[in-house]
Amino acid sequence: MKTHVFDAVIVGAGGAGLMAALYASRGAKVAVLSKLYPTRSHTGTAQGGIGAALGNLEEDHWEWHAYDTVKGSDYLADQDAVDVLCKEAIDVVIELEHMGLPFDRLPNGRISQRRFGGHTNNETGKPVMRACHAADRTGHMILQTLYQQCIKNRVHFFDEFHVVDLIRVDDTVRGVIAYEIATGELHAFHTKAVNFATGGWGRCWDVTSNAHSLTGDGAAICLRRGVPMEDMEFFQFHPTGIYKLGILITEGVRGEGGVLINGQGERFMERYAPTIKDLASRDVVSRAIFLEIQAGRGINGQNYVHLDVTPETVNRYNEMAGDPKRIDRAYIEAKLPDIADFTRTYLGIDPVREPMPIQPTAHYAMGGIPTDIEGRVVLGAENKILNGLYAAGEVACVSVHGANRLGTNSLVDLVVFGRRSGIHMAEYCQQADLLPLPTGAGQDVWAELERIRNGKGGVKPHTLRRRMQQTMTDNVGVFRTEESMSKAIEDLREIRDDYNLKLQIDDKGNKFNTDLLEAWELGCLLELAEVTSISACARRESRGGHARDDYQERDDLNWLKHSLCQKDEFGDYNLDYKPVVLGRYEPKKRVY
Amino acid sequence: MQAKMRIRRFNPETDKKPWWGEYTLENVQRTDSVLDLLHRVKWEQDGTLTLRRSCAHGVCGSDTMRINGVNALACKTLVSTLAGKGDNLKIQVEPILGLPLVKDLVVDMEPFFDHYKSVMPYFINDSPVPEDGRERLQSPEDRARFDDTTKCILCAACTTSCPSFWADDRYVGPAAIVQAHRFVFDTRDEGFEDRLEVLSDTFGVWRCRTIFNCTNACPREIKVTEAIAEVKMAITSGKA
Repeated sequence: MKTHVFDAVIVGAGGAGLMAALYASRGAKVAVLSKLYPTRSHTGTAQGGIGAALGNLEEDHWEWHAYDTVKGSDYLADQDAVDVLCKEAIDVVIELEHMGLPFDRLPNGRISQRRFGGHTNNETGKPVMRACHAADRTGHMILQTLYQQCIKNRVHFFDEFHVVDLIRVDDTVRGVIAYEIATGELHAFHTKAVNFATGGWGRCWDVTSNAHSLTGDGAAICLRRGVPMEDMEFFQFHPTGIYKLGILITEGVRGEGGVLINGQGERFMERYAPTIKDLASRDVVSRAIFLEIQAGRGINGQNYVHLDVTPETVNRYNEMAGDPKRIDRAYIEAKLPDIADFTRTYLGIDPVREPMPIQPTAHYAMGGIPTDIEGRVVLGAENKILNGLYAAGEVACVSVHGANRLGTNSLVDLVVFGRRSGIHMAEYCQQADLLPLPTGAGQDVWAELERIRNGKGGVKPHTLRRRMQQTMTDNVGVFRTEESMSKAIEDLREIRDDYNLKLQIDDKGNKFNTDLLEAWELGCLLELAEVTSISACARRESRGGHARDDYQERDDLNWLKHSLCQKDEFGDYNLDYKPVVLGRYEPKKRVY
Repeated sequence: MQAKMRIRRFNPETDKKPWWGEYTLENVQRTDSVLDLLHRVKWEQDGTLTLRRSCAHGVCGSDTMRINGVNALACKTLVSTLAGKGDNLKIQVEPILGLPLVKDLVVDMEPFFDHYKSVMPYFINDSPVPEDGRERLQSPEDRARFDDTTKCILCAACTTSCPSFWADDRYVGPAAIVQAHRFVFDTRDEGFEDRLEVLSDTFGVWRCRTIFNCTNACPREIKVTEAIAEVKMAITSGKA
């Protein structure tokens, strides 16, 4: 096994990983490891915008952004972390502009902003223009800009190095084990610090906006090495995925005036969120769509509704609301070009002429690896710091999103906490010692890879993946019950047994063996699906993205707390809880 | 409908040279993408089939390949665009040309990214930022000037469809020029002269023979050839 020595490694090269890399490499010798080429990372698919109270078009304050974030989180977010997020959002957006990010501009030359779900003027309750954007490809611009800056600053990348294990000895971190995809060799990266920025695990579900590569590797690796997962029951279903395909249609469509219409031609969000209607929080809108479909009011009685951004419809509703804004084809082509391209390519629909068929799609993990506001991983109810281990971005749970993330806040999270973790890592590496590599590092994961490679049970990974995705979609979706989640837990145990005993792959080779890696990734997904189901089943209330038919109300008395799910030495999962950090905003009923 | 897939295969550990694998798929829908079909081959029939892919909706740029002889993203090429009126669908898939073959549909992307890095593909502005601590200003018109080339996802469809690049892989290629264009025409950028010096080199823009393959290949509909022409003009005129 080849060994590389660095001060620190960053695992994952999306927005959080690259931002951390830029900052950490100013004070430490850093390597960035990605199983993809960095520009393939999923940050690049983020569309609508990055929220920051710049106030370029109308009055806004970071405290308003903070309140919206806390309310959006259904009061489960830690308010100290939310303050950091919203205050620093302003600063990082300006920093991105200084790095060259091509934001859309206003006539006065400033960064253009648009409305987005759940972002409001706190005095009127009306939507506020807070989402800074570059057409509907804001994430693409962030990813490109950060990668460009990394090239400029000569950050050391190991592309297509798939990290498969964390080297942890008691309460110290010694590095990671990576599988070089081109050769099939394991490499040890011997370091003082490790930062996981590996993104989410939407591939646990059948219909998802997530890339095939979003298999939760970083979270699963940490779980296997004794780190509990926080708030895993909270997974966001974005209201507007393309019907059946799950491809995301940005909330920016509704920010530009688009409306949701049911099979009876009704703008149904007026009933569910009288004040901000289609721009309510995502959990609220997804539930509304689900309930409309359940009541037989889908389009032609089917499992979808329409998202209508045709100028005719938008202008009619704007006129009724007394909003002077009018849009036309040119406006849509300029503000939503990629959305128009997606719907033309995948649906054969021109969104300027016809509404788009949409349904909720598994989108974002609010939960994940618990961290503090410096990105340091913390263990247990007492938040004990595990020195040298960091996490940032979607894989981390700071927690700034609580039970439901507000649109645009994922990008804010990436750059704010990517930066903070990078800064802290550099400082940590300057004072920490490089501890020796333990003997046998990498042996466990090599044995697991060999087991998968040589399995002879005749069951293909794909079969198991489909079974997992089906049970998660059926039983741990937008609405859940004790019965459905118990069924999922039972199914997942059977699937795991089959994974351990019957798995068989075709490719036995060393070079570019994606058959092997996909099967290993499935193992990560299976564990996270189980943790999600167990955490969800235990939480007997409805809050944010976790909506139960059998416990329909939020229960602050018993459940205003974060859950922690840990895997013990026997492979069993144990639950624990820790308090939410409250602050200026007292929990109250959420009305939009 | 039924699809007959003809896929160029090569396993560096067992094959001396590439060969054609043939696979039949039933119940293919017109809305399926070529990536969906390749996944069905890999997941249902032969797990050794190797390709890169990630986002599956035309944004990450991983799955560029030659589909029926034309460079395209597999995830953005739908059966409906390949099928005729009948129920008889034939799809041929090969790796992109001009880069070293690694395995099946996977090529070595390093030479491509080396060219990309050679044009200084990053924002250069060493002037102090505005004193109010806010964004540098730019008019919507100035921003629009380089909008088209900001769309590039580095998928390599353009560069690996270019006969000049096939003829001599020292040519930086269309993708690298597109990336440079994004900065050359950005009013905030100050790297104009350094960047144009690289691009006016023997293996820079003048290798372009205006064949337009790049423009046809681009899955983001960037006017690649036009962007290259604009960079040529900037070099000869000395201004953006």
